Amino acid sequence: MATILEAQGVSRSFGGVKALAGCSLSVDKGSITGLIGPNGSGKTTLFNVMTGYVKPDTGTVSFEGNDVTNARPNKIFALGVGRTFQLTRIFARISVIENMLVATQRDESWLRGLTRSKSSKSELDAAMEWLDFVGLTRLASMQAGSLSYGQRKLLELAYVLVADPDVVLLDEPAGGVNLTLINEISEKILALNKGGKTFLIVEHNMEFVMKICDKVTVMHQGCDLVTGTPGEVRSNPAVLDAYLGSSDGEVSETVGHG
Amino acid sequence: MWSLALVVLVVFPLIVTNPTYTAIAVSTLLFMACTTSWNMFSGYSGYVSLGSAIFYGCGAYTMALVSSHAHMAGGGAQFWLVPLAGLVAMVVAVPVGAIALRVRRHTFVVITIALFFVFQTLAINASFTGGSAGISLPLIPWLFNYYNLPFYYVALGMVVFATLLSAGVRRSRFGLQLLAIRDDEDRALGLGVRVTAVKLTGFTMSAFTIGMAGAVYAMFIGQIYPQFVFDPTFDITVALMAFLGGFGTLLGPLLGGLILEASQQYLVLSFSNGSLYLILFGVLFLLVILFMPQGIVGGVSQWWALRALKREMVSMTDPEAVGANP
Repeated sequence: MATILEAQGVSRSFGGVKALAGCSLSVDKGSITGLIGPNGSGKTTLFNVMTGYVKPDTGTVSFEGNDVTNARPNKIFALGVGRTFQLTRIFARISVIENMLVATQRDESWLRGLTRSKSSKSELDAAMEWLDFVGLTRLASMQAGSLSYGQRKLLELAYVLVADPDVVLLDEPAGGVNLTLINEISEKILALNKGGKTFLIVEHNMEFVMKICDKVTVMHQGCDLVTGTPGEVRSNPAVLDAYLGSSDGEVSETVGHG
Repeated sequence: MWSLALVVLVVFPLIVTNPTYTAIAVSTLLFMACTTSWNMFSGYSGYVSLGSAIFYGCGAYTMALVSSHAHMAGGGAQFWLVPLAGLVAMVVAVPVGAIALRVRRHTFVVITIALFFVFQTLAINASFTGGSAGISLPLIPWLFNYYNLPFYYVALGMVVFATLLSAGVRRSRFGLQLLAIRDDEDRALGLGVRVTAVKLTGFTMSAFTIGMAGAVYAMFIGQIYPQFVFDPTFDITVALMAFLGGFGTLLGPLLGGLILEASQQYLVLSFSNGSLYLILFGVLFLLVILFMPQGIVGGVSQWWALRALKREMVSMTDPEAVGANP
Protein backbone atom coordinates (compact mmCIF):
# COMPACT_ATOMS: atom_id res chain seq x y z
CA MET A 1 0.00 0.00 0.00
CA ALA A 2 1.11 3.54 -0.72
CA THR A 3 2.12 5.84 2.12
CA ILE A 4 -0.21 8.81 2.53
CA LEU A 5 1.15 10.53 5.65
CA GLU A 6 4.68 10.19 6.86
CA ALA A 7 6.96 11.57 9.57
CA GLN A 8 10.68 10.97 9.19
CA GLY A 9 13.29 11.41 11.92
CA VAL A 10 11.24 13.97 13.82
CA SER A 11 12.79 15.48 16.96
CA ARG A 12 11.36 18.07 19.26
CA SER A 13 12.48 19.28 22.67
CA PHE A 14 10.62 21.34 25.21
CA GLY A 15 13.26 22.93 27.39
CA GLY A 16 15.49 20.07 28.42
CA VAL A 17 12.91 17.40 27.73
CA LYS A 18 13.25 15.51 24.48
CA ALA A 19 9.61 14.77 23.72
CA LEU A 20 10.51 13.34 20.32
CA ALA A 21 13.92 11.95 19.47
CA GLY A 22 14.17 10.94 15.84
CA CYS A 23 10.76 9.39 15.53
CA SER A 24 9.48 8.01 12.22
CA LEU A 25 5.99 6.92 11.35
CA SER A 26 4.28 6.09 8.10
CA VAL A 27 0.58 5.71 7.54
CA ASP A 28 -0.56 3.63 4.57
CA LYS A 29 -3.41 4.85 2.44
CA GLY A 30 -6.64 3.15 3.44
CA SER A 31 -5.27 1.69 6.65
CA ILE A 32 -6.17 2.05 10.29
CA THR A 33 -2.86 2.62 12.01
CA GLY A 34 -2.58 2.51 15.78
CA LEU A 35 -0.07 4.51 17.79
CA ILE A 36 0.50 3.25 21.30
CA GLY A 37 3.06 3.71 24.02
CA PRO A 38 3.38 4.58 27.70
CA ASN A 39 2.39 8.01 28.99
CA GLY A 40 4.96 10.59 27.97
CA SER A 41 6.33 8.59 25.08
CA GLY A 42 5.56 11.44 22.66
CA LYS A 43 2.41 10.26 20.90
CA THR A 44 0.50 13.51 21.23
CA THR A 45 3.59 15.57 20.40
CA LEU A 46 3.97 13.53 17.23
CA PHE A 47 0.31 14.27 16.45
CA ASN A 48 0.94 17.96 17.03
CA VAL A 49 3.94 17.92 14.72
CA MET A 50 2.06 16.06 12.00
CA THR A 51 -0.86 18.51 12.11
CA GLY A 52 1.21 21.70 12.25
CA TYR A 53 0.54 22.67 15.86
CA VAL A 54 4.16 22.12 16.87
CA LYS A 55 7.16 22.72 14.65
CA PRO A 56 9.77 19.97 14.78
CA ASP A 57 13.40 20.81 15.58
CA THR A 58 14.56 18.32 12.96
CA GLY A 59 12.90 15.86 10.62
CA THR A 60 10.22 16.12 7.98
CA VAL A 61 6.50 15.49 7.63
CA SER A 62 5.01 14.74 4.25
CA PHE A 63 1.47 14.26 3.04
CA GLU A 64 0.87 12.50 -0.27
CA GLY A 65 4.49 13.08 -1.20
CA ASN A 66 4.43 16.85 -0.50
CA ASP A 67 6.51 18.30 2.30
CA VAL A 68 4.28 19.89 4.96
CA THR A 69 6.87 20.12 7.74
CA ASN A 70 6.34 23.77 8.66
CA ALA A 71 2.83 24.29 7.30
CA ARG A 72 0.21 25.90 9.54
CA PRO A 73 -2.61 23.75 11.01
CA ASN A 74 -5.27 25.36 8.80
CA LYS A 75 -3.18 24.57 5.70
CA ILE A 76 -2.71 20.95 6.70
CA PHE A 77 -6.43 20.64 7.38
CA ALA A 78 -7.16 22.15 3.97
CA LEU A 79 -4.92 19.55 2.34
CA GLY A 80 -6.97 16.78 3.93
CA VAL A 81 -5.65 15.85 7.38
CA GLY A 82 -8.23 16.22 10.15
CA ARG A 83 -7.65 15.57 13.84
CA THR A 84 -9.37 15.37 17.19
CA PHE A 85 -7.82 16.29 20.53
CA GLN A 86 -7.12 14.17 23.57
CA LEU A 87 -9.05 16.63 25.71
CA THR A 88 -12.11 17.02 23.56
CA ARG A 89 -12.39 20.49 22.14
CA ILE A 90 -15.63 21.84 20.80
CA PHE A 91 -17.01 25.36 20.41
CA ALA A 92 -19.04 25.53 23.59
CA ARG A 93 -21.06 28.69 23.09
CA ILE A 94 -22.41 28.11 19.61
CA SER A 95 -24.93 25.49 18.59
CA VAL A 96 -24.08 21.93 17.60
CA ILE A 97 -24.95 22.56 13.97
CA GLU A 98 -22.82 25.73 13.93
CA ASN A 99 -19.93 23.67 15.26
CA MET A 100 -20.32 21.48 12.21
CA LEU A 101 -20.47 24.45 9.85
CA VAL A 102 -17.16 25.89 11.04
CA ALA A 103 -15.44 22.99 9.33
CA THR A 104 -17.48 22.64 6.14
CA GLN A 105 -15.35 24.79 3.85
CA ARG A 106 -11.88 23.64 4.58
CA ASP A 107 -10.04 25.47 1.81
CA GLU A 108 -12.22 28.51 1.19
CA SER A 109 -10.39 31.84 1.01
CA TRP A 110 -10.98 34.02 4.08
CA LEU A 111 -12.37 36.96 2.11
CA ARG A 112 -15.10 34.72 0.74
CA GLY A 113 -16.35 34.29 4.31
CA LEU A 114 -17.34 37.94 4.45
CA THR A 115 -19.68 37.80 1.52
CA ARG A 116 -21.43 34.50 2.02
CA SER A 117 -23.88 33.23 4.59
CA LYS A 118 -22.59 30.80 7.14
CA SER A 119 -24.03 27.79 5.37
CA SER A 120 -25.32 26.74 2.00
CA LYS A 121 -28.03 24.16 1.53
CA SER A 122 -25.55 21.46 0.60
CA GLU A 123 -23.28 22.23 3.56
CA LEU A 124 -26.22 22.13 5.92
CA ASP A 125 -27.28 18.80 4.45
CA ALA A 126 -23.79 17.39 4.80
CA ALA A 127 -23.59 18.63 8.39
CA MET A 128 -26.92 17.04 9.25
CA GLU A 129 -25.90 13.82 7.55
CA TRP A 130 -22.78 13.53 9.72
CA LEU A 131 -24.71 14.47 12.84
CA ASP A 132 -27.08 11.69 11.96
CA PHE A 133 -24.10 9.35 11.50
CA VAL A 134 -23.00 9.94 15.10
CA GLY A 135 -26.57 10.09 16.38
CA LEU A 136 -26.72 13.73 17.44
CA THR A 137 -29.39 14.95 15.01
CA ARG A 138 -31.85 15.62 17.80
CA LEU A 139 -29.39 17.99 19.50
CA ALA A 140 -28.50 20.04 16.39
CA SER A 141 -29.86 23.33 17.70
CA MET A 142 -28.60 22.88 21.27
CA GLN A 143 -25.70 24.89 22.56
CA ALA A 144 -22.69 22.61 22.26
CA GLY A 145 -21.53 23.41 25.80
CA SER A 146 -24.52 21.58 27.20
CA LEU A 147 -23.52 18.25 25.64
CA SER A 148 -22.26 15.40 27.82
CA TYR A 149 -18.66 14.18 27.56
CA GLY A 150 -19.50 11.30 25.26
CA GLN A 151 -21.64 13.49 23.03
CA ARG A 152 -18.77 15.97 22.75
CA LYS A 153 -16.47 13.17 21.57
CA LEU A 154 -19.01 12.26 18.91
CA LEU A 155 -19.48 15.88 17.87
CA GLU A 156 -15.74 16.36 17.52
CA LEU A 157 -15.54 13.26 15.36
CA ALA A 158 -18.46 14.47 13.25
CA TYR A 159 -17.12 17.93 12.54
CA VAL A 160 -13.70 16.64 11.62
CA LEU A 161 -15.39 14.29 9.16
CA VAL A 162 -17.73 16.85 7.63
CA ALA A 163 -14.86 18.45 5.71
CA ASP A 164 -14.15 15.04 4.17
CA PRO A 165 -10.45 14.72 5.09
CA ASP A 166 -8.43 11.89 3.55
CA VAL A 167 -6.68 11.09 6.81
CA VAL A 168 -8.24 11.36 10.26
CA LEU A 169 -6.03 11.51 13.34
CA LEU A 170 -7.87 10.50 16.51
CA ASP A 171 -6.29 11.23 19.89
CA GLU A 172 -7.77 8.76 22.37
CA PRO A 173 -11.23 8.36 20.85
CA ALA A 174 -12.11 5.79 23.53
CA GLY A 175 -10.72 7.73 26.48
CA GLY A 176 -13.23 8.22 29.28
CA VAL A 177 -16.05 6.77 27.24
CA ASN A 178 -18.37 3.95 28.33
CA LEU A 179 -18.16 0.51 26.75
CA THR A 180 -21.29 0.81 24.61
CA LEU A 181 -20.01 4.03 23.11
CA ILE A 182 -16.51 2.56 22.56
CA ASN A 183 -18.01 -0.26 20.52
CA GLU A 184 -20.08 2.18 18.61
CA ILE A 185 -17.12 4.42 17.84
CA SER A 186 -15.06 1.46 16.64
CA GLU A 187 -17.90 0.33 14.38
CA LYS A 188 -18.11 3.81 12.89
CA ILE A 189 -14.37 3.92 12.31
CA LEU A 190 -14.46 0.54 10.57
CA ALA A 191 -17.40 1.64 8.42
CA LEU A 192 -15.61 4.83 7.39
CA ASN A 193 -12.43 2.89 6.69
CA LYS A 194 -14.37 0.63 4.33
CA GLY A 195 -15.42 3.80 2.53
CA GLY A 196 -11.75 4.64 1.95
CA LYS A 197 -10.78 6.86 4.88
CA THR A 198 -7.37 6.46 6.46
CA PHE A 199 -7.08 6.58 10.25
CA LEU A 200 -4.24 7.14 12.67
CA ILE A 201 -5.31 6.47 16.23
CA VAL A 202 -3.61 7.12 19.56
CA GLU A 203 -5.26 4.97 22.19
CA HIS A 204 -4.56 3.40 25.57
CA ASN A 205 -7.39 0.93 25.34
CA MET A 206 -5.51 -2.11 23.98
CA GLU A 207 -8.58 -4.11 23.21
CA PHE A 208 -9.85 -1.27 21.04
CA VAL A 209 -6.52 -0.91 19.22
CA MET A 210 -6.01 -4.62 18.65
CA LYS A 211 -9.53 -5.01 17.34
CA ILE A 212 -9.60 -2.30 14.68
CA CYS A 213 -6.01 -1.55 13.65
CA ASP A 214 -4.23 -3.13 10.68
CA LYS A 215 -0.85 -1.94 11.83
CA VAL A 216 0.42 -0.69 15.16
CA THR A 217 3.44 1.44 15.98
CA VAL A 218 4.71 1.43 19.56
CA MET A 219 6.44 4.55 20.80
CA HIS A 220 8.86 4.71 23.69
CA GLN A 221 10.77 7.76 24.94
CA GLY A 222 10.20 9.78 21.81
CA CYS A 223 11.19 7.05 19.34
CA ASP A 224 9.24 4.52 17.34
CA LEU A 225 10.12 1.22 18.94
CA VAL A 226 8.31 -1.43 16.95
CA THR A 227 5.92 -1.44 14.01
CA GLY A 228 3.87 -4.44 13.00
CA THR A 229 0.48 -6.10 12.99
CA PRO A 230 -1.37 -6.17 16.32
CA GLY A 231 -0.36 -9.80 16.77
CA GLU A 232 3.35 -9.14 16.18
CA VAL A 233 3.39 -6.15 18.49
CA ARG A 234 1.66 -7.98 21.30
CA SER A 235 4.27 -10.67 21.44
CA ASN A 236 7.30 -8.40 21.02
CA PRO A 237 9.52 -8.43 24.14
CA ALA A 238 10.70 -4.85 23.63
CA VAL A 239 7.11 -3.68 23.87
CA LEU A 240 6.57 -5.49 27.12
CA ASP A 241 9.73 -3.87 28.47
CA ALA A 242 8.54 -0.44 27.45
CA TYR A 243 5.18 -0.85 29.12
CA LEU A 244 6.20 -2.67 32.24
CA GLY A 245 9.53 -0.87 32.60
CA SER A 246 12.79 -2.75 32.65
CA SER A 247 15.55 -0.15 32.74
CA ASP A 248 14.73 3.54 32.70
CA GLY A 249 11.11 3.41 31.67
CA GLU A 250 9.85 5.34 34.69
CA VAL A 251 11.77 8.49 33.83
CA SER A 252 9.53 9.27 30.92
CA GLU A 253 6.40 8.81 33.03
CA THR A 254 6.87 12.26 34.52
CA VAL A 255 7.04 14.01 31.17
CA GLY A 256 3.33 14.01 30.53
CA HIS A 257 1.59 14.23 27.23
CA GLY A 258 3.45 17.37 26.09
CA MET B 1 -39.86 45.37 17.65
CA TRP B 2 -36.76 46.64 15.85
CA SER B 3 -38.84 48.81 13.53
CA LEU B 4 -40.86 50.17 16.45
CA ALA B 5 -37.64 51.21 18.19
CA LEU B 6 -36.47 52.85 14.98
CA VAL B 7 -39.72 54.81 14.63
CA VAL B 8 -39.41 56.03 18.23
CA LEU B 9 -35.83 57.13 17.59
CA VAL B 10 -36.80 58.89 14.35
CA VAL B 11 -39.62 60.94 15.88
CA PHE B 12 -37.85 61.57 19.21
CA PRO B 13 -36.24 64.94 18.33
CA LEU B 14 -39.47 66.14 16.73
CA ILE B 15 -41.26 65.71 20.06
CA VAL B 16 -38.47 66.51 22.48
CA THR B 17 -37.17 69.75 21.05
CA ASN B 18 -35.23 71.00 24.06
CA PRO B 19 -31.64 71.33 22.76
CA THR B 20 -30.25 70.15 26.10
CA TYR B 21 -31.95 66.80 25.67
CA THR B 22 -31.29 66.43 21.97
CA ALA B 23 -27.60 67.06 22.68
CA ILE B 24 -27.68 64.17 25.16
CA ALA B 25 -29.43 62.10 22.49
CA VAL B 26 -26.68 62.82 19.94
CA SER B 27 -23.89 61.65 22.22
CA THR B 28 -25.98 58.64 23.27
CA LEU B 29 -26.46 57.62 19.63
CA LEU B 30 -22.76 58.06 18.93
CA PHE B 31 -21.93 55.75 21.82
CA MET B 32 -24.52 53.22 20.67
CA ALA B 33 -22.91 53.17 17.22
CA CYS B 34 -19.39 52.86 18.66
CA THR B 35 -20.33 50.11 21.10
CA THR B 36 -22.15 48.12 18.44
CA SER B 37 -19.17 48.40 16.15
CA TRP B 38 -16.73 47.49 18.94
CA ASN B 39 -18.87 44.49 19.82
CA MET B 40 -18.82 43.33 16.20
CA PHE B 41 -15.18 42.42 16.70
CA SER B 42 -14.53 42.20 20.44
CA GLY B 43 -17.88 40.71 21.39
CA TYR B 44 -17.89 38.07 18.67
CA SER B 45 -14.22 37.11 18.88
CA GLY B 46 -13.77 37.55 22.64
CA TYR B 47 -10.76 39.81 22.06
CA VAL B 48 -11.55 42.74 24.35
CA SER B 49 -9.94 45.82 22.85
CA LEU B 50 -9.34 48.79 25.11
CA GLY B 51 -7.90 50.85 22.30
CA SER B 52 -11.03 51.97 20.48
CA ALA B 53 -10.31 55.62 21.32
CA ILE B 54 -7.41 55.36 18.87
CA PHE B 55 -9.95 55.14 16.05
CA TYR B 56 -12.30 57.67 17.62
CA GLY B 57 -9.42 60.13 17.93
CA CYS B 58 -8.14 59.48 14.42
CA GLY B 59 -11.63 60.05 13.04
CA ALA B 60 -12.01 63.27 15.01
CA TYR B 61 -8.61 64.56 13.88
CA THR B 62 -9.29 63.65 10.27
CA MET B 63 -12.43 65.77 10.38
CA ALA B 64 -10.74 68.64 12.22
CA LEU B 65 -7.56 68.76 10.15
CA VAL B 66 -9.14 68.32 6.73
CA SER B 67 -11.98 70.77 7.27
CA SER B 68 -9.77 73.46 8.80
CA HIS B 69 -6.85 73.09 6.37
CA ALA B 70 -9.17 73.04 3.37
CA HIS B 71 -10.90 76.15 4.74
CA MET B 72 -14.27 74.53 4.37
CA ALA B 73 -17.32 76.53 5.27
CA GLY B 74 -18.88 75.08 8.39
CA GLY B 75 -22.07 73.22 7.60
CA GLY B 76 -23.60 70.16 5.99
CA ALA B 77 -20.79 69.72 3.48
CA GLN B 78 -18.51 68.62 6.31
CA PHE B 79 -20.56 65.45 6.67
CA TRP B 80 -18.92 64.23 3.44
CA LEU B 81 -15.72 63.91 5.42
CA VAL B 82 -17.31 61.46 7.85
CA PRO B 83 -16.82 58.32 5.71
CA LEU B 84 -13.29 59.50 4.93
CA ALA B 85 -12.61 59.65 8.68
CA GLY B 86 -13.91 56.10 8.96
CA LEU B 87 -11.52 54.98 6.22
CA VAL B 88 -8.57 56.73 7.90
CA ALA B 89 -9.46 54.90 11.14
CA MET B 90 -9.45 51.61 9.21
CA VAL B 91 -6.05 52.36 7.69
CA VAL B 92 -4.72 53.06 11.20
CA ALA B 93 -6.37 49.87 12.48
CA VAL B 94 -4.36 47.62 10.16
CA PRO B 95 -0.92 48.13 11.78
CA VAL B 96 -2.46 48.52 15.26
CA GLY B 97 -4.28 45.22 14.83
CA ALA B 98 -1.27 43.53 13.24
CA ILE B 99 0.77 44.36 16.36
CA ALA B 100 -1.87 43.74 19.02
CA LEU B 101 -3.22 40.52 17.48
CA ARG B 102 0.16 38.83 17.63
CA VAL B 103 -0.74 37.95 21.21
CA ARG B 104 -3.82 36.39 22.72
CA ARG B 105 -6.57 37.35 25.12
CA HIS B 106 -5.35 39.16 28.24
CA THR B 107 -2.08 40.20 26.70
CA PHE B 108 -4.02 41.61 23.77
CA VAL B 109 -5.99 43.82 26.16
CA VAL B 110 -2.78 45.21 27.65
CA ILE B 111 -1.21 45.82 24.23
CA THR B 112 -4.27 47.74 23.01
CA ILE B 113 -4.07 49.99 26.08
CA ALA B 114 -0.36 50.55 25.49
CA LEU B 115 -0.91 51.39 21.81
CA PHE B 116 -3.69 53.76 22.81
CA PHE B 117 -1.29 55.74 25.00
CA VAL B 118 1.22 55.86 22.17
CA PHE B 119 -1.42 57.55 20.02
CA GLN B 120 -2.50 59.91 22.80
CA THR B 121 1.10 61.00 23.39
CA LEU B 122 1.62 61.51 19.67
CA ALA B 123 -1.52 63.62 19.43
CA ILE B 124 -0.42 65.82 22.33
CA ASN B 125 3.11 66.30 21.06
CA ALA B 126 2.93 66.27 17.27
CA SER B 127 2.99 69.66 15.61
CA PHE B 128 0.23 69.10 13.08
CA THR B 129 -2.39 68.25 15.69
CA GLY B 130 -2.11 71.62 17.40
CA GLY B 131 -0.91 69.84 20.52
CA SER B 132 -2.69 70.39 23.79
CA ALA B 133 -4.10 73.70 22.56
CA GLY B 134 -6.45 71.71 20.33
CA ILE B 135 -7.92 72.58 16.94
CA SER B 136 -10.94 74.68 16.10
CA LEU B 137 -13.21 73.45 13.35
CA PRO B 138 -15.03 75.79 10.97
CA LEU B 139 -17.92 77.42 12.79
CA ILE B 140 -21.28 76.01 11.78
CA PRO B 141 -23.80 78.85 11.42
CA TRP B 142 -26.93 76.90 12.28
CA LEU B 143 -29.68 78.23 14.52
CA PHE B 144 -29.28 77.12 18.11
CA ASN B 145 -32.68 75.44 18.25
CA TYR B 146 -32.03 73.28 15.21
CA TYR B 147 -28.30 72.81 15.56
CA ASN B 148 -28.58 69.31 17.02
CA LEU B 149 -31.02 67.91 14.48
CA PRO B 150 -28.66 67.10 11.58
CA PHE B 151 -26.20 65.52 14.00
CA TYR B 152 -28.97 63.49 15.54
CA TYR B 153 -30.05 61.99 12.23
CA VAL B 154 -26.51 61.38 11.02
CA ALA B 155 -25.74 59.62 14.32
CA LEU B 156 -28.96 57.62 14.06
CA GLY B 157 -27.97 56.60 10.54
CA MET B 158 -24.65 55.38 11.91
CA VAL B 159 -26.40 53.34 14.60
CA VAL B 160 -28.55 51.69 11.93
CA PHE B 161 -25.49 51.11 9.74
CA ALA B 162 -23.45 49.58 12.58
CA THR B 163 -26.35 47.37 13.65
CA LEU B 164 -27.02 46.10 10.13
CA LEU B 165 -23.33 45.46 9.59
CA SER B 166 -23.06 43.61 12.89
CA ALA B 167 -26.15 41.53 12.08
CA GLY B 168 -24.71 40.78 8.63
CA VAL B 169 -21.42 39.65 10.13
CA ARG B 170 -23.24 37.44 12.63
CA ARG B 171 -24.99 35.70 9.74
CA SER B 172 -21.94 35.32 7.55
CA ARG B 173 -19.40 32.55 7.65
CA PHE B 174 -16.89 35.18 8.72
CA GLY B 175 -18.98 35.85 11.84
CA LEU B 176 -19.18 32.15 12.58
CA GLN B 177 -15.40 32.01 12.34
CA LEU B 178 -15.10 34.87 14.85
CA LEU B 179 -17.36 32.98 17.27
CA ALA B 180 -15.31 29.83 16.76
CA ILE B 181 -12.16 31.82 17.58
CA ARG B 182 -13.82 33.09 20.75
CA ASP B 183 -14.64 29.55 21.90
CA ASP B 184 -11.40 27.79 20.96
CA GLU B 185 -8.91 29.47 18.69
CA ASP B 186 -6.56 26.51 18.24
CA ARG B 187 -9.40 24.18 17.42
CA ALA B 188 -10.69 26.67 14.82
CA LEU B 189 -7.21 26.83 13.31
CA GLY B 190 -7.22 23.05 13.00
CA LEU B 191 -10.54 23.20 11.15
CA GLY B 192 -9.17 25.42 8.43
CA VAL B 193 -10.04 28.85 9.85
CA ARG B 194 -7.33 31.38 8.97
CA VAL B 195 -7.48 32.92 12.41
CA THR B 196 -4.98 35.75 11.96
CA ALA B 197 -6.58 37.04 8.77
CA VAL B 198 -10.08 36.72 10.22
CA LYS B 199 -9.17 38.56 13.43
CA LEU B 200 -7.39 41.37 11.62
CA THR B 201 -10.29 41.82 9.20
CA GLY B 202 -12.78 42.02 12.06
CA PHE B 203 -10.61 44.43 14.01
CA THR B 204 -10.21 46.71 11.00
CA MET B 205 -13.90 46.62 10.11
CA SER B 206 -14.92 47.63 13.61
CA ALA B 207 -12.69 50.73 13.42
CA PHE B 208 -14.76 52.19 10.56
CA THR B 209 -17.88 53.23 12.47
CA ILE B 210 -15.85 54.31 15.51
CA GLY B 211 -13.78 56.60 13.30
CA MET B 212 -16.93 58.05 11.75
CA ALA B 213 -18.40 58.68 15.20
CA GLY B 214 -15.23 60.53 16.21
CA ALA B 215 -15.58 62.75 13.15
CA VAL B 216 -19.21 63.58 13.89
CA TYR B 217 -18.30 64.30 17.49
CA ALA B 218 -15.54 66.71 16.43
CA MET B 219 -17.98 68.56 14.17
CA PHE B 220 -20.61 68.62 16.88
CA ILE B 221 -18.28 70.05 19.53
CA GLY B 222 -16.46 72.43 17.16
CA GLN B 223 -13.15 72.29 18.99
CA ILE B 224 -11.14 69.20 19.88
CA TYR B 225 -8.29 68.50 22.29
CA PRO B 226 -6.08 65.41 22.25
CA GLN B 227 -7.02 64.36 25.76
CA PHE B 228 -10.76 64.46 24.99
CA VAL B 229 -10.79 62.52 21.74
CA PHE B 230 -7.94 60.19 22.66
CA ASP B 231 -9.63 59.57 25.98
CA PRO B 232 -8.96 56.43 28.05
CA THR B 233 -12.42 56.65 29.60
CA PHE B 234 -13.83 56.26 26.08
CA ASP B 235 -11.99 52.93 25.74
CA ILE B 236 -13.43 51.70 29.00
CA THR B 237 -16.91 53.16 28.58
CA VAL B 238 -17.44 51.43 25.25
CA ALA B 239 -16.40 48.08 26.72
CA LEU B 240 -18.55 48.55 29.82
CA MET B 241 -21.59 49.46 27.75
CA ALA B 242 -21.24 46.24 25.79
CA PHE B 243 -20.78 44.20 28.96
CA LEU B 244 -23.77 45.83 30.63
CA GLY B 245 -26.08 45.26 27.69
CA GLY B 246 -24.80 41.85 26.63
CA PHE B 247 -21.32 41.07 25.32
CA GLY B 248 -21.44 39.44 21.91
CA THR B 249 -25.14 40.00 21.33
CA LEU B 250 -26.72 42.29 18.74
CA LEU B 251 -29.13 44.13 21.02
CA GLY B 252 -26.85 44.33 24.07
CA PRO B 253 -24.47 47.11 22.98
CA LEU B 254 -27.42 49.23 21.84
CA LEU B 255 -29.12 48.82 25.21
CA GLY B 256 -25.91 49.37 27.14
CA GLY B 257 -25.09 52.54 25.21
CA LEU B 258 -28.61 53.85 25.57
CA ILE B 259 -28.85 53.21 29.29
CA LEU B 260 -25.38 54.27 30.32
CA GLU B 261 -24.76 57.34 28.22
CA ALA B 262 -28.25 58.75 28.62
CA SER B 263 -28.27 58.20 32.37
CA GLN B 264 -24.75 59.51 32.79
CA GLN B 265 -25.50 62.73 30.96
CA TYR B 266 -28.78 63.11 32.80
CA LEU B 267 -27.12 62.59 36.19
CA VAL B 268 -24.41 65.10 35.38
CA LEU B 269 -27.09 67.60 34.47
CA SER B 270 -29.37 66.93 37.45
CA PHE B 271 -26.72 66.85 40.13
CA SER B 272 -24.11 69.50 39.63
CA ASN B 273 -21.75 67.30 41.61
CA GLY B 274 -20.06 65.83 38.54
CA SER B 275 -18.63 62.74 40.17
CA LEU B 276 -21.82 61.41 41.75
CA TYR B 277 -22.60 59.39 38.65
CA LEU B 278 -19.26 57.61 38.95
CA ILE B 279 -20.31 56.22 42.34
CA LEU B 280 -23.71 55.19 41.02
CA PHE B 281 -22.08 53.51 38.04
CA GLY B 282 -19.73 51.66 40.32
CA VAL B 283 -22.69 50.26 42.22
CA LEU B 284 -24.49 49.42 38.99
CA PHE B 285 -21.51 47.48 37.63
CA LEU B 286 -21.09 45.55 40.82
CA LEU B 287 -24.72 44.54 40.61
CA VAL B 288 -24.46 43.57 36.96
CA ILE B 289 -21.31 41.51 37.45
CA LEU B 290 -22.66 39.77 40.54
CA PHE B 291 -26.15 39.00 39.33
CA MET B 292 -26.02 39.31 35.54
CA PRO B 293 -22.50 38.46 34.41
CA GLN B 294 -23.75 37.97 30.86
CA GLY B 295 -25.31 41.42 30.73
CA ILE B 296 -28.94 42.35 30.36
CA VAL B 297 -29.58 40.47 27.13
CA GLY B 298 -27.62 37.39 28.19
CA GLY B 299 -29.23 37.33 31.62
CA VAL B 300 -32.77 37.66 30.35
CA SER B 301 -32.36 35.11 27.58
CA GLN B 302 -30.73 32.66 29.98
CA TRP B 303 -33.64 33.01 32.38
CA TRP B 304 -35.97 32.49 29.44
CA ALA B 305 -34.11 29.39 28.23
CA LEU B 306 -34.07 27.94 31.74
CA ARG B 307 -37.81 28.30 31.96
CA ALA B 308 -38.29 26.58 28.61
CA LEU B 309 -35.91 23.81 29.64
CA LYS B 310 -37.80 23.16 32.85
CA ARG B 311 -40.95 22.68 30.83
CA GLU B 312 -39.21 20.35 28.42
CA MET B 313 -37.68 18.28 31.23
CA VAL B 314 -41.11 17.01 32.12
CA SER B 315 -41.48 15.24 28.78
CA MET B 316 -37.85 14.27 28.24
CA THR B 317 -36.34 10.80 28.62
CA ASP B 318 -32.74 9.97 29.52
CA PRO B 319 -30.56 12.58 27.75
CA GLU B 320 -27.41 10.42 28.07
CA ALA B 321 -28.91 7.77 25.83
CA VAL B 322 -28.81 10.07 22.82
CA GLY B 323 -25.16 9.39 22.02
CA ALA B 324 -25.38 5.71 22.66
CA ASN B 325 -28.48 4.80 20.70
CA PRO B 326 -28.89 6.82 17.53
